[in-house]
Amino acid sequence: MKNILNRIILMLGLLSVLYAMESCKPKGPAAVTTGDAASKVYVAPGQYDEFYNFVSGGFNGQMAVYGLPSGRLFRNIPVFSVNPESGYGYSEETKPMLNTSHGFIPWDDLHHPALSTTKGEHDGRWLFGNANNTPRVGRIDLTTFRTVEIIELPNSGGNHSSPFITENTEYVVAGTRFSVPMGENRDVPISSYKENFKGSISFIKVNPETGRMNIEFQLRTPGFNYDLSRAGKGPSHGWFFFSCYNTEQAHTLLEVNASRNDKDFIMAVNWKKAEEYLAQGKGRKEKAQYAHNVYDERTHTATSTMMNEVTVLDVMEFPDIVYFIPCPKSPHGCDVDPSGEFIVGSGKLAAVMPVFSFGKIQTAITNKDFEGDFGGIPVIKYESALHGEVKKPGLGPLHTEFDANGNAYTSFFVSSEIVKWNVKTLEVLDRVPTYYSIGHLCVPGGPTAKPHGKYVIAYNKITKDRYLPTGPELTQSAQLYSIDGDKMQLLLDFPTIGEPHYAEALPASLIKDKSVKIYKIEENEHPFAAKGEKMARVERKGNEVHVYMTAIRSHLTPDNIEGVRVGDDVYFHVTNLEQDWDVPHGFAIKGATNAEILIMPGETQTLKYKPLKAGVIPFYCTDFCSALHQEMSGYLRVSPAGSNTPLKFSTGDTGGQK
Amino acid sequence: MKNLIILLSAMVTLGACAPDKPKTDEAAKKSPVAEVVDPTKGIGQVKNVTLHNPLDAERVQRGLDIYEMKCSACHKLDDQRVVGPGFKDVTKRRKPEWIMNMITNVDVMLDQDEEAQKLLELCLTRMPNQNVSIGDARDVLEFMRQNDGEK
Repeated sequence: MKNILNRIILMLGLLSVLYAMESCKPKGPAAVTTGDAASKVYVAPGQYDEFYNFVSGGFNGQMAVYGLPSGRLFRNIPVFSVNPESGYGYSEETKPMLNTSHGFIPWDDLHHPALSTTKGEHDGRWLFGNANNTPRVGRIDLTTFRTVEIIELPNSGGNHSSPFITENTEYVVAGTRFSVPMGENRDVPISSYKENFKGSISFIKVNPETGRMNIEFQLRTPGFNYDLSRAGKGPSHGWFFFSCYNTEQAHTLLEVNASRNDKDFIMAVNWKKAEEYLAQGKGRKEKAQYAHNVYDERTHTATSTMMNEVTVLDVMEFPDIVYFIPCPKSPHGCDVDPSGEFIVGSGKLAAVMPVFSFGKIQTAITNKDFEGDFGGIPVIKYESALHGEVKKPGLGPLHTEFDANGNAYTSFFVSSEIVKWNVKTLEVLDRVPTYYSIGHLCVPGGPTAKPHGKYVIAYNKITKDRYLPTGPELTQSAQLYSIDGDKMQLLLDFPTIGEPHYAEALPASLIKDKSVKIYKIEENEHPFAAKGEKMARVERKGNEVHVYMTAIRSHLTPDNIEGVRVGDDVYFHVTNLEQDWDVPHGFAIKGATNAEILIMPGETQTLKYKPLKAGVIPFYCTDFCSALHQEMSGYLRVSPAGSNTPLKFSTGDTGGQK
Repeated sequence: MKNLIILLSAMVTLGACAPDKPKTDEAAKKSPVAEVVDPTKGIGQVKNVTLHNPLDAERVQRGLDIYEMKCSACHKLDDQRVVGPGFKDVTKRRKPEWIMNMITNVDVMLDQDEEAQKLLELCLTRMPNQNVSIGDARDVLEFMRQNDGEK
């Protein structure tokens, strides 16, 4: 007994020595979670997460859906990039979604999600996202988690300042990152930047019933770079705020040449005023080519329409639409607090963070409290617009989100931390390190009038030693922190798909019960649907062969097809006859140069196939559907070009063979 | 006269609460005079079906349309089993309530009804929920009766 007691004392002693040694070490990555972190993120098997987190995929062109607090990945939604898993961008129905004025584009760079709002609060209807490279805005329907609309943006040189939405989703707004020559003659020397290059802000009107987008008007703005933006809300509803950099108007080595001015601008736009001018017919129609692609959920098919005109308002001609507010050193984030009164500018290279007051901006405009103008546009005096500065907040401020208690959370890329501060008092309250080099951050409901709070999530630019190494290319990652207490607490690291830029989160209860489970087969209006096996058939039209195929556990009809010739274009229109949740079927055929298709219950999707050689080609269902899934297959007989093998199709016909 | 006519046994049981889920032991103990459940009627919302002759021609047509869209891939009209059993004589083998419960409540039937489970062992493919309403299932039943020679 005594022996055991001695041993326990000895072990306790050893432990305390170890603990003392540990606490003297500099904080490494392993030492940062404390206490009950595990229990705070544990969601038991079969239980649901509290929040959906919609995370942009950056150069992967998609949006990923995670649960919070678990960090579990649920879904990858292709938006601007093809996805061979589902056939998005490969099936005949979805190819038009990626059409542009430059033709079919299979890739883009998606940076910013934006959830629709009503009265400034999340309404759980739509999710918008930007294509940064070839300027476009996409809309995802939150009942199907599918991209249902993409609109291209003419007169944009790169769609970074996008998409940002007004209080009631009246508009989705998209500013050009790069200024470019606009108008008739665009073949000009690059060195003529100051004379010929212009900025452009697109106001995309959103139909409140259907979500349908159209470019209502564009503001033509001075030529420099537009970075990020937020709409006003509450008292500032009717206004929009954009961060601008490169007011030096440099066109080369921007790293140096666009970092000279002590201050760049926040551009305040009175869009209600712009609407007034448009109503007076002051807008100018300009020729512009851009694609508008819409997915119809009844025909399960997208159509692409080429548009040819936009309405333009040049802000130089209407000087009371736009005002500039000086903002220190290349502002990036430009975020509006839940009350709508305060606008936070985050100068990437600045030592202080200015917070502007909407009320003071209005007073300054009334009193013409201007320090001068830029290209004819009034520049408000910095001090006159300023609520105050956050002193020594950290290095390299980027983005700010808010909670419901008057606090702001700002990401600092250079000092790799999140800093919590009070919006009114501007006092720094807490700071936590991120691993490593945080870019965007997200508080659920953080950009809205009614933040849901609870967590802040860091989306980091560098992962380094946080995960098992996977060669030179490492996973991208996010980190979840609790913000319930006075101190932020790191709870969880979780990997992400693609490079995460901005993300938004909303309570699961807002959308989970609205999720579509099946497409009703009765409502399928696809022109090539086979609504029942009786309608399954094969038709030849010249060298086009249309296979009206059905899929149900566990057979395809028809599954024996003959009479197809080398050089034919064969269209497999596959209708999934199932009407039960979570029973998709897939379709793949050997040698197809596109991808597979996945067909949801009640849906029809089409895979085009061009046989190049004579022979018998197998096809099969790719989505494990039943005990007899391996039997769900068939054969296509391909005969040489010009041969006269009769067109035949069947299922279950043994042809007399026993 | 050869046509079987099933009559409502007791109007009062109509609208009585009919839990879809299996009763807990506790519930069973509490009600020793538990409602008389006829296992040959299957499990589900359909408790009593009244059949009429002659057949309702409009119903038969609607039933045929639903059959072709949602059923014919697996059920033939003769006695041949493809994925599921052929439809021939199903209305003679099964009570109409059982048939309609099988169509509208298939997951519970396959998990709990002995006859349905025997069929699953035979066919090995779970009959899918084809999202057929009770009214539509009634139409399919009418079509099945016609297929079995009723007038």
